[in-house]
Amino acid sequence: MILLHWIDTFLASIGRSTTALAASVGRVTIFAAQAVSHLMRPPFYTREFATQVLQIGYFSLPIVGLTALFTGGALALQIYSGGARFNAEAVVPTVVAIAMVRELGPVLGGLMVAGRVASSIAAELGTMRVTEQIDALVTLSTNPMKYLVVPRLLAATLVMPILAFIGDIIGIMGGFLVATNRLNFNAATYINNTYDFLEFDDIFSGLVKAAVFGFIVALMGCFHGYYSGRGAQGVAQATTNAVVSASVLIIASNYVLTEVFF
Amino acid sequence: MTPMIELKGLKKSFGNNHVLRSIDLVIPKGESMVIIGGSGTGKSVALKCILGLIKPDSGEILVNGKSALSGDRDAFLAQFGMLFQGGALFDSLPVWQNVSFRLLRGRNKLSKADAHELAVEKLRRVGLKPDVANLYPAELSGGMQKRVGLARAIAAEPNIIFFDEPTTGLDPIMSGVINELVREIVVEMGATAMTITHDMSSVRAIADKVAMIHEGIVQWTGPIGQLDDSGDPYLDQFINARAEGPIEAVR
Repeated sequence: MILLHWIDTFLASIGRSTTALAASVGRVTIFAAQAVSHLMRPPFYTREFATQVLQIGYFSLPIVGLTALFTGGALALQIYSGGARFNAEAVVPTVVAIAMVRELGPVLGGLMVAGRVASSIAAELGTMRVTEQIDALVTLSTNPMKYLVVPRLLAATLVMPILAFIGDIIGIMGGFLVATNRLNFNAATYINNTYDFLEFDDIFSGLVKAAVFGFIVALMGCFHGYYSGRGAQGVAQATTNAVVSASVLIIASNYVLTEVFF
Repeated sequence: MTPMIELKGLKKSFGNNHVLRSIDLVIPKGESMVIIGGSGTGKSVALKCILGLIKPDSGEILVNGKSALSGDRDAFLAQFGMLFQGGALFDSLPVWQNVSFRLLRGRNKLSKADAHELAVEKLRRVGLKPDVANLYPAELSGGMQKRVGLARAIAAEPNIIFFDEPTTGLDPIMSGVINELVREIVVEMGATAMTITHDMSSVRAIADKVAMIHEGIVQWTGPIGQLDDSGDPYLDQFINARAEGPIEAVR
């Protein structure tokens, strides 16, 4: 009898979690669909869009650049170490370039931007919700979805590929600096190998990934902030949820996109 | 004459919490109605239902004879100005852009120079100097933020103004200043006003009529002159701030 009750409770908790997950996915999907539908319809808030390009893109450059630089350097050392086991040290420039452009540039850049931007968007919109600023927008005949969500979504989706591209270049440069100064590679040969083996598809797939990650980061930040709970605790929870969900979705969608471009 | 705002059988529940059980209320054109009642009795919910910020479960909301739940939203909202409890000023914008927010957007938007000039004029109307216009909300005191909120509420010269607890968090002198301003502005503009407050000094300063909401219904409504001898035990307990009476102190 006790065992049956335990099984019943266990199955009920699985059912509740599954229902809650399905409801969350539904709410996020509806939110995203509403935001995308507003992309096509005026009014367009160009000033807010420009501000977000600056906030999300320009101010994320240092963190993305530093991450890429050190990752490129570490990658060169690791590939050299692994390659040396079967006399393939020469693959360092090629593998560093491909790994940075196809995978590490967009993924690490996306995760760093998730930490910086998703949290910031969720905290800002959450505070606006708690202090009735979002209600005030409605009373002032301004659609909060258009004014707050659309500029952030559009800006993140468009600037993330640019950030990833710059990160790719800095990451390859990190590998180059380590390889030429620490591993005694010839600079001209390193550059030639990087250039010769890198294909357009490598760069394109990385940029598409970055655009998707940018969309995810802004969507999670906006969604959790827009529906933030009350008080400081509600905003804190929204911020945490935004970063965690954006990070997990970036990792998961990275696998799906890698399969698509494989 | 068609009343400016009319609520008929308005109901709203949040789960098992039946906040509005059946609200019936009439606010004639040009009158100042003050809604009083204990915390959590649904005063703000009623106000947000009128503005469409919360969807009622049932009932009818008529504004100037037309249903608030259908028709052109922008045209509907253009009739309203609202002073929020905490001001709800936009942190990222300077004061003048907060005040003229509505006028900087939409079909009939003003140029920046005109909007700035209008903002300065409205700020002056609420007793703030022109140099406040270029400050950010975070640089203002609570009383100044309320005044800026008031300037924003009246900037587009609306027909209806809502005041949500206009004196909450202010010292008695600043409360008196805000009460006087609210009264002056409502009279001067000829607007219809609906104010939510717990502050009895605000009620006496602002109201033409008073309505008390208790347990989701309008418990009492009447002119301000009848407030003290209404004969309603609920209203008497509330306005005299007595712990004992028909309203339970623990809710």
